[in-house]
Amino acid sequence: MSRPTVTRAELVKGPLFVLAALAILFLPRFISDFRAQQFAYVGIYLIALLGLNILTGFTGQISLGHGAFMAIGGYTTAILISNQGLKIGSHTFSGDLKDVWTIPLAGLLAGLVGFLFGFPALRLTGLYLALATFAVAVATPAVIRKFEGFTGGGAGINLFESPQLTGVGGTDPITFEERPGGVELWRFSIPTFNEWLYYLSWGIALVMFVVAWALLRGRVGRAFRAVRDSELAAASSGVNLARYKTLAFGVSAFYAGIAGSLLAIATTFVNPETFPITLSIFLLVGVVVGGLGSLWPLVFGAIFIHFMQIEWAQNADGAIPDWLPLLGDLETNVPGAPAVAFGVVLILVMLALPGGAGGLVRRLGALPRRLNRRAA
Amino acid sequence: MTQFFQQVVAGLASGGIYAALALALVLIHRATGVINFAQGEMAMFTTYISWTLTANHGWDKWLAAGATLVIAFIGGAAIQRTIIRPIERAPILTIVIVTIGLVLIFNGLAAWIWTAEVRFYPSLFPNDTVTVGGVAISMIDLGTIAVVLVLVVLLWAFFQFTTVGLALRASALNPDASRLVGIRVGWMLAIGWGLAAMLGAVAGILTAPTTTLDPTMMQAILIYAFAAAVLGGIDSPFGAVAGGLMLGVGLNLIGTYIDFVGADLRLPVALLVILVVLLVRPAGLFGKPVTRRV
Repeated sequence: MSRPTVTRAELVKGPLFVLAALAILFLPRFISDFRAQQFAYVGIYLIALLGLNILTGFTGQISLGHGAFMAIGGYTTAILISNQGLKIGSHTFSGDLKDVWTIPLAGLLAGLVGFLFGFPALRLTGLYLALATFAVAVATPAVIRKFEGFTGGGAGINLFESPQLTGVGGTDPITFEERPGGVELWRFSIPTFNEWLYYLSWGIALVMFVVAWALLRGRVGRAFRAVRDSELAAASSGVNLARYKTLAFGVSAFYAGIAGSLLAIATTFVNPETFPITLSIFLLVGVVVGGLGSLWPLVFGAIFIHFMQIEWAQNADGAIPDWLPLLGDLETNVPGAPAVAFGVVLILVMLALPGGAGGLVRRLGALPRRLNRRAA
Repeated sequence: MTQFFQQVVAGLASGGIYAALALALVLIHRATGVINFAQGEMAMFTTYISWTLTANHGWDKWLAAGATLVIAFIGGAAIQRTIIRPIERAPILTIVIVTIGLVLIFNGLAAWIWTAEVRFYPSLFPNDTVTVGGVAISMIDLGTIAVVLVLVVLLWAFFQFTTVGLALRASALNPDASRLVGIRVGWMLAIGWGLAAMLGAVAGILTAPTTTLDPTMMQAILIYAFAAAVLGGIDSPFGAVAGGLMLGVGLNLIGTYIDFVGADLRLPVALLVILVVLLVRPAGLFGKPVTRRV
């Protein structure tokens, strides 16, 4: 077995990656604390999108239920951090672990569940897999609510000011003094919780990105793509379908679990509504916008799904256009606007630009060569 | 025993609703091999139209329901012509994503136009009970069952005895041959989507009084309809109806008599039905197994 050789294109990508990492490192110096929090969420979504794209974009297995894997990760972290008397069997959880140590556990647990889900999924192709994962995502909140003693039920688990949460500021209960948040890391001081969140999520996102890249460029990635392009051709070329499909599910769910864990830490709160069916759908939107089968362009997808949700909720004024018939003079509101925009973008991208941002970048990259050829 | 019969009748009523929506899914799947994930949201949206016509414009509730069915038919056909047609030959993933886009659009539009505020949608039938042999049966349940039965018979007659019905069946069975004998297959597919949207509207109008009218109303119903369609066989209209009724009664009885499931775990049970059927007998109870030639 030969190791994949480094191509010239990859030699260019190395320094670009270092530049991007440096930009990410220094970005918080130039933006407000609030923006740092928003970009932290972008990093979290990026991790989830990487995972979903490994499964859907690279291996061709549709998942409309990735929110459920994020829920597993989020709840793992929340339950391990909290001391609200949640219990399983005779064990009562009482802030057992520091938050950062729960992140890999959350990923592993979600990954294991994803791997196991991969086995029944072997028998479900295309449409049926979409249907089954969709049903999983819709049913997840009901399951979470049911096991109240373990998950906190509908009320959820509050992690705010939990001693196991790193870097949160707050009010001292005795002296009422404001304690500043923030973290000291080696000689590097991170002043606020939001910035800590930013570095945590982007640090993990960069590592996960490199892992995904390394996984996909070699033998495993080729097998994934072969399964996507034609299961029949892949199987007859000796690709073990069962092994690679379950592997794709496991890896993908691992990413989702990590993202879910970070989301729980970032929101300092989880309840069944933290992981609704819309989350799964938004993840799909992000992957489509970033580009099915692309890696770094997923950043655009992550930015898109996070900022569209916020900006639309804040800036749209709530006036329905007058030309919409039948509405009379109903009172209006805008909670649905981002969903409509997401839906329109999703359909337009699928109709006009099936490769998403990644496809657009590739086409633009090929433009000079094509112009040259025409000129010659 | 009284409770048992009451639960069976109530189960048949909700099962009828699942059957109507499942029938819509089957109709589209037979014709195009696609599952329309937006079927539930389309149904919810049309129910809001019916609500607006009665609550804001003072229409009679039957008249409003009738008008809604017409609007649903036109809307469904229009969606097929404008959005689905360009991607007819695209990979499954593309089509699934586009129907998910429709889910977002209809869900968002409903929340945008009518807000997420919970509305009360009056039933078409009197809120009364009749007593049969000591068992009190709600008129709403009876009415729901009757509407679904009439609907199924009408639909069957339409497919069996009309020229358009024949053309619809032909283009689902063999589009190329149908085209050769002069059937406009593209329009037949649009009619199929229209009919499916109409069935959805019926399901929505029957559902709204039993829960409340809000933008998430049909999400669970859609999963039950999926389960019903899969249980009966995703290509079998008869199976969809039978599956819907079985699921409705089954879920009601399980919810009543198995305390652990109760009212909260019905959705996961439906999910379990979907998974088990797909794994054990993918063709469902009444579908023909598909053999794939490689």
